[in-house]
Amino acid sequence: MSDMNSVTAAEAPEKLSAQPRRGKSDKNRSLAGDAWNDLRKSKIFWFAVVLVAAVLLMAAWPSLFTSADPNECALNRKHAGPSGGAIFGYDFQGCDVYARTIYGARNSIIVGIASTALAGIIGIIFGLSSGYFGGAVDAVLSRIIDIMLSIPFLLAGIVLSRRLSSDPNDNGLLAVILTLGLLTWTSSARVMRSAVIASKSQDYVAAGRMLGAGPGRLMFRHILPNSIASFIVVLTILLGVNIGVEATLSFLGVGLKGDAISWGIAISEGTGFARVASGPLVWPAVFLGLTVLAFIMLGDAIRDAFDPKLR
Amino acid sequence: MFRYIVRRLLQMVLTFFGATFVVFALVFANQDDPLQALAGERPITESQRLALTERYHLDEGFFTQYGYYMKGLLTGDFGESLTQRKIADLLADAWPTTARLALLALVIAAVIAISAGVFSALRRGGVFDNVTLVATLIILAMPIVVIAPLAQLVFGIQLGWFPPTSGADPSLWALFLPALVLASSVLATQLRVTRTSVAENLRSDYVRTARAKGLSYRRVVSVHVLRNSLIPVITLIGVDLGQLMAGAIVTEGVFNIPGVGFNLVRAIRTEDGPLVVGFVSVLVIVFLVVNLLVDLLYAALDPRIRYE
Repeated sequence: MSDMNSVTAAEAPEKLSAQPRRGKSDKNRSLAGDAWNDLRKSKIFWFAVVLVAAVLLMAAWPSLFTSADPNECALNRKHAGPSGGAIFGYDFQGCDVYARTIYGARNSIIVGIASTALAGIIGIIFGLSSGYFGGAVDAVLSRIIDIMLSIPFLLAGIVLSRRLSSDPNDNGLLAVILTLGLLTWTSSARVMRSAVIASKSQDYVAAGRMLGAGPGRLMFRHILPNSIASFIVVLTILLGVNIGVEATLSFLGVGLKGDAISWGIAISEGTGFARVASGPLVWPAVFLGLTVLAFIMLGDAIRDAFDPKLR
Repeated sequence: MFRYIVRRLLQMVLTFFGATFVVFALVFANQDDPLQALAGERPITESQRLALTERYHLDEGFFTQYGYYMKGLLTGDFGESLTQRKIADLLADAWPTTARLALLALVIAAVIAISAGVFSALRRGGVFDNVTLVATLIILAMPIVVIAPLAQLVFGIQLGWFPPTSGADPSLWALFLPALVLASSVLATQLRVTRTSVAENLRSDYVRTARAKGLSYRRVVSVHVLRNSLIPVITLIGVDLGQLMAGAIVTEGVFNIPGVGFNLVRAIRTEDGPLVVGFVSVLVIVFLVVNLLVDLLYAALDPRIRYE
């Protein structure tokens, strides 16, 4: 990394968040500029961006897509086929499948973003301290991660989520967020750790230390902004994965519950009546699949663009 | 090699205690009133309460309880479920089904992944290669909770190609569709690793040497390259086996397969704490042992790898 970068990193780290981690000082273009040029041409990237934008819009303003009330159900139209407003038909309780599918996006996105943020914060703290201090701290933290990874993930999720929401009146949202956050930080911590180890020996860190910066300032103002690119990619993919896991937990009856609208619950209920009506099963499954796919594709495309080895 | 095995075993013991302790704590720490949960709505008399407390060591501290549990586990006694059935018996019933399902899934995944992976590596950048790259990304992203019900609906119910559910003691044919679903979760990674590994080895020196001494391209690929490229794939397959054993929960639920995952979900729904901990502990052991075996296999397969 050039000297110029280290100066700007000290002055305005927030502007550098997209800056290269190990970029060579190219002629005129930075690695980020190169990556953006690649991304602009990638069809997969734009496909993912459009899907993500659509789902976010659905989560924020579901009434833009449907004027029907997802909680207005009438048993006399149980399993009725598609009609006027309800283009996906009605489920076994006579609720509008289209409206419920649209409104289901909100819980998925809330769980996805909140749990990923939690995992990211834990990952930053663990990864930074593990990579920066090394030695005994690193050994202990690595062993904790080993133990976490040795418990099959879904099993731990079921037990923990069940444990956190013992109150039957609660819809399980907080429990699911905590469960996913507490179980999925390991990958982000590992990425953070290796990024920190890679940038720790850079000149600008040595310069900062010589100028008298303490560990806290070095870690958060200098190393973190320069290691964040790959970290954000991991979090984007994790966001997609966590939305899938939320649906899985809800499907198994230990995630969202009660009157919460969730794609996982809808799939679980739809499976039971698949012989009678396929709509209530198929549409939530399709929406869930596309949402997860969108986030994972987005992360994948960004990573490919940033990885110089793949050029 | 011996020192490496000993070190790995010691690490494994540490991880095993850590993992079982976490699960045990999650299930049993700060329980409200397990005896009332056992009795349900009925009132429970003082003498019953005393007898049960004595029997399950409920008056002792949490760590002592964990100690009792570990003692049982290490002497092969997994304890009893709340419905008074031996957990070891329940496991013995459920285990063969899950093992068959996981192995079938693994065979399907490996056959498809290796053949498609080799093919797309040989024609890198071709149509087949690009199609598989996009297809694996999609398969990789789809949660089982999407694939399993949809596969059941389309191939089991609407097209009727496969039996939609498999009851008690299912035949291999009844397990085929669930195994296919399960295979999809590991297939994509295996395919990508095969592809990268073959593509890398095709450019290596020993391939040029083999070609130069007059061997046919076919022989070089099918013997020299394949043998070297499959080492990382085999490791991955081993890791996947551990995952499949534990990860069949949703698939077994959707297709009604009475395996370990199916029983586990039922135990969680009926709040059968001992059963949950028993099953999870055994699954963790399986997971750890498989991972250890894979590491050793890795060393045995590739003479370049030496652990000292």
